Amino acid sequence: MQTALAVSAGAAVVSAMIGVFTIIRGQSFAGHALADISSAGGAGAYLVGVSPMLGFLGVAALGAGALEVLGVGRARERDLVTGIVLGAGLGVTALLLYLDVTTRSTSGAAVSVMFGSMFSIPPGVVAPALVIGAGAACAMAVIYRPLLLCSVAPELAAAAGLRSRLVGFLHLLVLALAVTLSAMTVGAILSTALLIGPAAAALRVTRRPGAAIAVAAGIGLASAWGGIWLAYDSYGWTPGRTWPVSFFIVSLIFAAYLLSGLRRRAV
Amino acid sequence: MFSAFMVNTWLAASMVAVAAGLAGFFVVLRGSTFAAHALPLGMFPGAAAAGFFGVDPFWGLLGFAALGVALLSRLARRQRHDVATALTLVFLLGLGTLFLSLSGQYAQSVFSLLFGEVLGISSAALASLGVATAGVLLLAGALFRPLLLSAASPDLAAAQRLDNGVLEILFLGMIALATAMALPVVGALLVFSLMAGPPAAARALTARPVAALSLSAALALATVWAAIALSFVTNWPVGFFVGTLAAGWYGVGKVSKESSYFFEKK
Repeated sequence: MQTALAVSAGAAVVSAMIGVFTIIRGQSFAGHALADISSAGGAGAYLVGVSPMLGFLGVAALGAGALEVLGVGRARERDLVTGIVLGAGLGVTALLLYLDVTTRSTSGAAVSVMFGSMFSIPPGVVAPALVIGAGAACAMAVIYRPLLLCSVAPELAAAAGLRSRLVGFLHLLVLALAVTLSAMTVGAILSTALLIGPAAAALRVTRRPGAAIAVAAGIGLASAWGGIWLAYDSYGWTPGRTWPVSFFIVSLIFAAYLLSGLRRRAV
Repeated sequence: MFSAFMVNTWLAASMVAVAAGLAGFFVVLRGSTFAAHALPLGMFPGAAAAGFFGVDPFWGLLGFAALGVALLSRLARRQRHDVATALTLVFLLGLGTLFLSLSGQYAQSVFSLLFGEVLGISSAALASLGVATAGVLLLAGALFRPLLLSAASPDLAAAQRLDNGVLEILFLGMIALATAMALPVVGALLVFSLMAGPPAAARALTARPVAALSLSAALALATVWAAIALSFVTNWPVGFFVGTLAAGWYGVGKVSKESSYFFEKK
C-alpha cells in the first residue's frame, strides 16, 4: 500500500512535468507509443531472464532513437512515423509475449503489462524507479529553458544558436524514460493518462508553463492518491472484489479535465 | 493451410484487408494515425462489457466504437487533436479495465483480442463481415472527393461549404467500422498498422489518388495473406507478421522515394 502511494506519486509528478512539454510540442502520440513499445522490453527480458527494468528502459531508448532517426521532428510526417514505429514494436511484443506464454505458461503477462498491477509492485523495484524518476526530473530542469524556447519559438531558438534538434532528442529521451517508468509500475494506460490528462487540464487553466507544471503535478497526485483510496474502499461496495485502481485514477483525471473546461469558460 | 475450416478465414481476412487498406488511405492523408490506433484499442474492452451485460460481443464493440467517435469529435473541437485522442483512449481503456475485472475474462481471450488469432470463422460471421465491408466501400466512395479536397486545400473546401465536423464524424465512423471487422482477426493493437504501412507505401509509389487508393488496398491484402500463411506455418501470432510487414512496406516506400530523388536530374 505504501509502495503504491510512493510510486504513483513519483510517476504523477514526473509525468506532469514532462507532459506539459509533450502537449506543447504535439507529441502525445509519441508519449503513448513509447509506453506501449517499452512493453516489448518487459516481455523480452522475461524471456531471456534479465532484469525487466533493463529490458523496459533499453527498448524505450531504442524506440526514442528510431523515432528521432525517422524524423518525428517534422510536423507533417510525425503521426505516420510514430504509427509505423509503434506498429513494428507492438508486432515484436506480440511475438515475445507469445513465446513467453508458450515457454513459461504465463498468459497473465499480457494483461499485467497492459493494465498494470499497482498493488503487486515488487519492493525491490521502488528504489531504482524513484532514483531514475528523480534523474528524469533533473534532466528536465536542465533543458527546461532551451526546450521551452525551441518549442514555443523555433526561429528565435535558431537565432540564439540553439541546437534545437539535439534539445528535441533529449526531450524525447527523457519522455521515454519517464513513460517507461510509469508503464512498468502502474501500466501503459495509466502512463498515458498521467502524462496527458493533468497537463491538458492545467494548460486550459493557465498559459504560464511553470504554473502549468505545478497545477498538473497537483492534479496528477490528487487523482493517483484519490484513485488508490477509492479502489481500496471499493472492497466494501461489491462483496469480495475490489474495483481496478486504473479505472478510478483515469476517471478522476478525466473529471479534472472536464472541470478545467468549465473554469476556462467562466473566465 | 487451404483445408475446409480455413476457407472462411481466408475470405474474412481478405475483406478485412481491403477495408483496412481503403480506410487507411484516408488515415494517412489526414495524418490521423493516432486516431486509427486509439479507436480499435479503445473499442476492444467493448467485448468485455458485452460479456458483462450478456449481449453479443459485436454489439459491445460497436457501442464502444460509437462512444469513442462521439467523444473524440466532441473533445477535438476545443483541444489539439492528439491530446483529444489520448484523452479518449485512456478514458475508454479505463472503463474497459472496470468491465474486464467485473466480468472476469480469461487472460487468454484478452491476449487473442489484443494480438489477433487465425480462428475458425463461422459463415454467419462472414455474412456480417460482408455487410461491414460494403459499408466501408460505400463510405470510401462517398468521402473520396470531399476528404481529398479538405486535405489538399482546406480553404477551397471551406469555400465549397464542406462541413468539417460532419466530415470528421463520417471519417471516424469509417475507421471504426473497418476496425470492428478487423479486430478479431488481426488484433486490437495491430489493426492500425495495416492502416498506416501499406497506404504510406502506396502514396510514396504513386502521386495519383485513385491509383494510390487501389494500391493501398492491394498492399494491405498482400500483407494479410502473407501474415496468415506465415502464422499458419510458424504458429506465431498474426499480429507480429502484420506489424513487421507493414513497417517493411513503409521502408519500401521511403527507399523508392529517396532513390527517385537520387536519380532525378539536378
